[in-house]
Amino acid sequence: MIIEGLLYTKDHEWLKIEGDQATIGITDYAQQMLGEIIFVELPAIDAEYSQHSELAVAESTKAASDIYSPISGKVTEVNDKLETTPELINQDCYGDGWICKMAVTDAKGAESLMDSKKYDEYLKGL
Amino acid sequence: MPFIANTALQQQQMLAEIGLTMDDLFSDIPADMMCKDFNLPSGMSEQQVRNHLAELAGKNSTDLTCFLGGGFYDHFIPAAIYSLISRSEFYTAYTPYQPELAQGTLQAVYEYQSAICRLCDMEVSNASLYDGGTAIYEAMMMAIRQTRRNKVIVDDSVNPIYRVMLKSYSNNLNIGFEETENVNGLSNREQILAKIDSDTAAVILQNPNFFGCVDDFTDIAKAIHEKGALLIVSCYPIALGILKTPGQMDADIVVGEGQSLGMPMSFGGPYLGFMATRKKFIRKMPGRIVGRTTDANGKEAFVLTLQAREQHIRRDKATSNICSNEALCALTALVYLSLMGKEGLKETAQLCADKASYAYKRLTSIGSVEPHFKAKWFFNEFVIDLPCEAADVIAKLIEKGFAAGFPLSRYYNGMDNSMLICVTEKRSKQEIGMLAEALEAVL
Repeated sequence: MIIEGLLYTKDHEWLKIEGDQATIGITDYAQQMLGEIIFVELPAIDAEYSQHSELAVAESTKAASDIYSPISGKVTEVNDKLETTPELINQDCYGDGWICKMAVTDAKGAESLMDSKKYDEYLKGL
Repeated sequence: MPFIANTALQQQQMLAEIGLTMDDLFSDIPADMMCKDFNLPSGMSEQQVRNHLAELAGKNSTDLTCFLGGGFYDHFIPAAIYSLISRSEFYTAYTPYQPELAQGTLQAVYEYQSAICRLCDMEVSNASLYDGGTAIYEAMMMAIRQTRRNKVIVDDSVNPIYRVMLKSYSNNLNIGFEETENVNGLSNREQILAKIDSDTAAVILQNPNFFGCVDDFTDIAKAIHEKGALLIVSCYPIALGILKTPGQMDADIVVGEGQSLGMPMSFGGPYLGFMATRKKFIRKMPGRIVGRTTDANGKEAFVLTLQAREQHIRRDKATSNICSNEALCALTALVYLSLMGKEGLKETAQLCADKASYAYKRLTSIGSVEPHFKAKWFFNEFVIDLPCEAADVIAKLIEKGFAAGFPLSRYYNGMDNSMLICVTEKRSKQEIGMLAEALEAVL
């Protein structure tokens, strides 16, 4: 499942931009590949991340994967619910399973990301 | 048969295939560090080897009356320990690579973890680490990961060997070390509190500390936590039989050397590092963790858990390079603690403290011997000042059959005449009296 209106990375993160605020999560493809997610290491509030730097970690029963920041920004909010119910990512990765919100510091970074159509093509090529 | 099975011809073919020479493969090693001569003499027969090793072993002095401490301790080891741990089902130093097949080993490790938690008053323990020094390093790295800060404060009353290890292990890492200077044998509260800031990941303390002095870090823990840093306490497990535990002091990570729990003093080990922490930090804890669960038939079963922290899954992002544990040593500690029981451990600790107290009085009653730290609590080690260099006195006492103590000048400036003395439950009143007489005679 791919949602229109979001931006995507090759590492399977999604980015939703609203003004200078951005919401970040991982895609349906990513959650399927990871399997049942049992733990998410969230970023710290106020921490700054450059585009493609390690932002969070999603752990499943037999693997742990880094989640990279799709854009440069400063974390303003994290999804605390994932601390007790990480499976929200499996259930609703584009909604309740969001990971964090950021104040975007370099909006130009979004230009290098894929839209839903390109991401769909990208997935087909994998 | 050589250990590496491929022949010189095969090696040449492989090198030709990739277009390199053997020297190219080792080009990362600086020329001055390349070994020029391995000095491997030709082989010996089995009998010759036995004789040679017996001759080497004969150079050890194993019959000295031991008053040496400083991190490794001469405690009594019940014979039952060796007979239990040497059962073939257990007798491997390693975590099995198909761990869940070895339910007995996993259960032993699980029980070891439970015993360490009870001993330290902490919530979770790992399956053990290599030794007390690596455990304290791993605790430091864990605090750095947990807090995402990179400054560490260590008091100089922490075992100097551990401090050397902390520095050499982290030599190439971006970690800021600050050392505080003990005040009359206790951790320097004033300096510690002055140095803690928003970059401080952890404060590392030891109880009883290297001088044997006993402290209560509750007040320091509170101040550390107010700054968002963690308190790491290295401790002596036997002492926990009677002392306030690190858990009661609100420590965040507790580590220590487990040799005193049934393992002999042997040069270089194998020893046992233990580590316990709070449940909320478990995902940052290094090493293996055994958990208890139920199998498909509803029966109790033991498994390795939280493995996503570990190197075989997390690769370079693992919490540690340690994917193993000291299974046999951990089993030894478990058997020791089980044999001693709560009362036995308490009694052993009390005997150590009482005998050390007696030795302190007896030795400082010698006219020219003075206590180094005045009016401080100690457990089973204390520091005395001699009228001359401690190292010379220790050498003379070896000739009289005593490993009398540790010369503190080896690690501390201005302590040339100071000697660290340790008394365990194994030392008799008579032996303490003989040491006092021998000491008086050589001064």
